[in-house]
Amino acid sequence: MSDAVSRLRRLTALILKGFLLLATALSLVAVLLIIAYITRDALPFFKLRGLGELFTSTAWYPSGRPPEFGALAILVGSGLVTLGSILVAVPLGIAAALALSDILPYRLRQTVKPVIEILAAIPSVAYGFFALVIFAPLLQNRGGSLLAIALWLIALPLGLLLIFMVTDAATRSIGEDMASFARLILAAVLAVILVRGLLALSARLTLLRIASGTNALNVSIILGIMALPTIISVAEDSLQAAGRELREGSYALGATRAETLFKVVIPAAGSGIIAAIILGVMRAVGETMVVWMASGNAAQIPSPWFNFLSPVRTLTATIAGDMGEADQVTGSIRYHVLFALALCLLLTSFIANLASEWVLRRQKRRLGGLK
Amino acid sequence: MKIFKTLLIIALAAGFLGAADANKIVVDGSTTVGPIAKAFAEYYMKLNPGVNITVSESGSGNGAKSLVNQSCQVATMSRLLKLNEYEAAVHSEVLPVVHVVALDGIAMIVHPGNPAKALTMGQIKDIYTGKITNWKQLGGPNVPIVIISRDTNSGTYETFETRVMKGEKIAKNCEYVGSNGAVRQRVQSTTAAIGYVGIGFIDNTVKALLVENVMPTPETVKDGSYPIARPLYMVTNDYPKMGSHLYRFVTLYLSKKGQAIIEEIGFIPVTSY
Repeated sequence: MSDAVSRLRRLTALILKGFLLLATALSLVAVLLIIAYITRDALPFFKLRGLGELFTSTAWYPSGRPPEFGALAILVGSGLVTLGSILVAVPLGIAAALALSDILPYRLRQTVKPVIEILAAIPSVAYGFFALVIFAPLLQNRGGSLLAIALWLIALPLGLLLIFMVTDAATRSIGEDMASFARLILAAVLAVILVRGLLALSARLTLLRIASGTNALNVSIILGIMALPTIISVAEDSLQAAGRELREGSYALGATRAETLFKVVIPAAGSGIIAAIILGVMRAVGETMVVWMASGNAAQIPSPWFNFLSPVRTLTATIAGDMGEADQVTGSIRYHVLFALALCLLLTSFIANLASEWVLRRQKRRLGGLK
Repeated sequence: MKIFKTLLIIALAAGFLGAADANKIVVDGSTTVGPIAKAFAEYYMKLNPGVNITVSESGSGNGAKSLVNQSCQVATMSRLLKLNEYEAAVHSEVLPVVHVVALDGIAMIVHPGNPAKALTMGQIKDIYTGKITNWKQLGGPNVPIVIISRDTNSGTYETFETRVMKGEKIAKNCEYVGSNGAVRQRVQSTTAAIGYVGIGFIDNTVKALLVENVMPTPETVKDGSYPIARPLYMVTNDYPKMGSHLYRFVTLYLSKKGQAIIEEIGFIPVTSY
């Protein structure tokens, strides 16, 4: 080709490369600027009130005379709600991703996956409204029975699975002809114990009176449901990406489906699954509307600390709720304390990201030459 | 490409023309006064179709802030501006002029199934500071009290804090919600709850208590016998030019129709036609 044409081609390539570089730089600059502005406006609070009060006192009275800014209860509230949503979303999400990628028939997967992705498109204020208007009164009026039903739904399948594994392990040493009989007896005994235990526990749970339906349990469940589509989508994609060859190789070596899934596929997709969990958790941590509407916004540490049935206050809801009073000109310390809280949120996501990077790097090193 | 450019220019021009409209009034502020502003806006826009009035309810504090930032023309507030808000206004060359459009009482509400009928101011304060934690201490069933308050953005909260709490701190297990409607919704669905709302928000889904043996009604608020009462305000930047749409909107409360609207919503008018 002629000189002029090739020069034009090189110039176009350069311009396009520069454009892409600019786009990347812009997003990097935006993130850095956000961090810079939040830190800049958070520092005056620490200069005026020091580090101690915010992190050790549970007295949050920003409009009091004199005002008190103890955010320990709020930090605990955020942590409790995040823990709750992890407990709800991670087992369900990973199990659903496994089912979608390896267990359910292909046609079912093609219909179910888009429906799950629709869940992700529901606006968070709709979730919050549902949590406040429908779920909270439900917890107050029928909370005990709901918890009992949940207990049965979770404990029965897990219990049965456990019984199978225990009877299998226990009768391994007995001879073949006696084994099936012994397994039957053992399984029956264990099953009776399981069902009676569950009946007693659920009877006690049904009597439980939940005083206030806007509490950490309400928010944890709703946040867990909100994080589910993210976790399922990303985990399922990474399970799929492990590849048919891996699974077929494992089956060819004589592994059962369970062994293939737990010893081959999941470790291979491990980094993707961890990424899915981190993404889902980040969505739950940063959620504002749901917690502001349905967590009760009570700045207290529940007693005991794992009492999910008591109302809590989170960082995000505090920032959203106190924003109106915190004008830059009229309420300077109240303005800066909100930025200090935002800095805490930012630091939490940093630490979570660093932790995930560390885990992924360790995983890659362990798997070595596999990928 | 040329069509696109011309469309863009037309759109921008329309945008600019629209923005320079003196027939646009932005109202922001209290969730208590919001219904009054919305009813006034609806009535006024029906009479004057060329005028566009938007009403937001983000809390008295937000309303004052918007007025100082000049992003609204009318701030509806259920409390007066604080000293530092006046300072901020002066700093931004905004002259707040306060119009008292109605009177309001703050009613203590409980669930309709709650046997409680009356409380004293001292008892309300003890409930909210956490000294009284169970309904049985007030002669009711053995159920822990669920206290509900408005968040600190709210003029209703400020009035409650000054008139009832008298500066004492609210208990840590108090739940905070964002509007009068939300308080009513929580109380009507929680048997052990107690909360406070503006009188206009009492309906048959909640029960209002007597305070110091006085029922919260328009009459008791007007003659001062109900202890937790307050005026409701609309604040403008300087007195609006007489005859302008803003002036006619803001002085609606002085008319017979304005009084009827206020009474219909459940507040107490300042006029008595």
